[in-house]
Amino acid sequence: MNAKGFVHKYPDNVDTDVIIPARYLNSQNAKELAAHCMEDIDAEFIQKVRPGDIMVGGWNFGCGSSREHAPLVIKTSGISCVIAKSFARIFYRNAINIGLPILECEAASDGIAAGDEVSIDFDTGVITNMTKGEHYQAQPFPPFIQTIIAAGGLLPSIRQKGE
Amino acid sequence: MTMTQKILAAHAGLAAVCPGQLINAKLDIVLGNDITTPVAINEFEKAGFTSVYDRTRINIVLDHFVPNKDIKSAQQSKQCREFASKYDILNFYDVGKMGIEHALLPEQGIVTAGDCIIGADSHTCTYGAVGAFSTGVGSTDMAAGMATGMAWFKVPEAIKVTLTGKLPKYVAGKDVILHLIGEIGVDGALYRSLEFTGPGVASLSMDDRLCICNMAIEAGAKNGIFPVDGVTRAYLEGRSQRPYTVYEADPDAEYCRELAIDLSSLSSTVAYPHLPENTHTAREAEAEGIAIQQVVIGSCTNGRLEDMQAAWEILKGRTIAKGVRGIIIPGTMAVYKECLRRGYLEAFIDAGCIVSTPTCGPCLGGYMGILAEGERCVSTTNRNFVGRMGHTGSEVYLASPAVAAASAVTGRITDPASLVG
Repeated sequence: MNAKGFVHKYPDNVDTDVIIPARYLNSQNAKELAAHCMEDIDAEFIQKVRPGDIMVGGWNFGCGSSREHAPLVIKTSGISCVIAKSFARIFYRNAINIGLPILECEAASDGIAAGDEVSIDFDTGVITNMTKGEHYQAQPFPPFIQTIIAAGGLLPSIRQKGE
Repeated sequence: MTMTQKILAAHAGLAAVCPGQLINAKLDIVLGNDITTPVAINEFEKAGFTSVYDRTRINIVLDHFVPNKDIKSAQQSKQCREFASKYDILNFYDVGKMGIEHALLPEQGIVTAGDCIIGADSHTCTYGAVGAFSTGVGSTDMAAGMATGMAWFKVPEAIKVTLTGKLPKYVAGKDVILHLIGEIGVDGALYRSLEFTGPGVASLSMDDRLCICNMAIEAGAKNGIFPVDGVTRAYLEGRSQRPYTVYEADPDAEYCRELAIDLSSLSSTVAYPHLPENTHTAREAEAEGIAIQQVVIGSCTNGRLEDMQAAWEILKGRTIAKGVRGIIIPGTMAVYKECLRRGYLEAFIDAGCIVSTPTCGPCLGGYMGILAEGERCVSTTNRNFVGRMGHTGSEVYLASPAVAAASAVTGRITDPASLVG
């Protein structure tokens, strides 16, 4: 599995309130919610994002609320992967559970600038910055989590085990 | 093993666990609210589940947008109601019975010592105060928990926080946790458990401990936890709906970091926008003369009886400053009723505040106190992120009920010690 796209870059401690403000959480409709993705940190994001684009953050990406709507709107907006130095633990869990690819990589977060074109090889964890001609190695997921991802999320993996 | 590791090992059916180990653990309690439960119901049904693992262990609390603020939130509440009815969920809390989930569940004795708990709400870490392992998850985890009674966890490393001394007057649990977050940062405990211990623990009330554990997530922690002592036993006595188990950290438990806090050295603390780690003493804030337009006293962090009492002690016989809106939200119906009985509500209203039915409301910018551009609020809630309580150009300063009440009176951020003396 691979991803390729242009980068939308954000600072440390991007919280779930700016990813999807709570004032919109009276809806569960992914498309309706995605229209407000990143609204309080980058009002133009939803106009700029193209399918396959990549989001890059710093430390503690996705901190705050447990709202699963956060990884869901990022995925629905067309983002193919989020790269960060670290993820807040509930966001990390939710992203895996709903099938939004995420990668922890400090060097990539430091090396990649907004607008860079980046490709990702999920099998090897190699992130390539095509604009700068640089490569970064991300941490691979533990096998247990790879099984969840391969099944298409937590619930399908539970159903598979039960059968 | 640490206290957290022992609870996890017991619930995974293992003699021992070590940090980093991935385990499947049995759940005593699964929780969701009116924002996260609808998403969990959709996932539960999409996956084809047709039964819940135990209708007595699932808790659905409508608290974020109830009494419903608009048609869409009413639809979400209706969906929760129908699911609760279909599966005969024992602990379904609707308007009239509901409270803010993390104030309500301990009060009702639903969560107890030794439990392993997940909740689709990040502040589920609150229940560590009664000696449980309790952590926030998303809606899909809630759906899986409702169906199977199990959840996967990575066993966390632990940070040991040794408390000594006793809190000075007007200084409370909120100041302890804000001080700690200021020390270690908003990701200072990322993926780890925050384990409180030491001789200072005994001096902290259950309401203080619930407040401290509530904001463990604001340091990135997986959970916060207090040992079970006389205060815990007295709290659980006649309240806990199930027999409980006491787990203690081994004397040789390993911690990745150790911190010490002398409670007697702390003073009232304020977290400036836009991160809970931006802490200053209330005295410093007072010197800056920071004018405010709103005060919120309530939430799962500070909506308990002692919080209402702290606010009442400052507001009684005083009036809030012109140009300040004072919003007081008791956390549960029982807290509300006790405030009524004690005359707190009358004192709040006489001071110029309004008193709301329990709701998360303004904490997450839902309703009942949304800020306009350029407005500032001193709030006893837990997050001060950009746009958290309203316009992205508004500001939230996090503080204790005593600081919030004193600030309401003066119209500027104020140390209660300097107001009351």
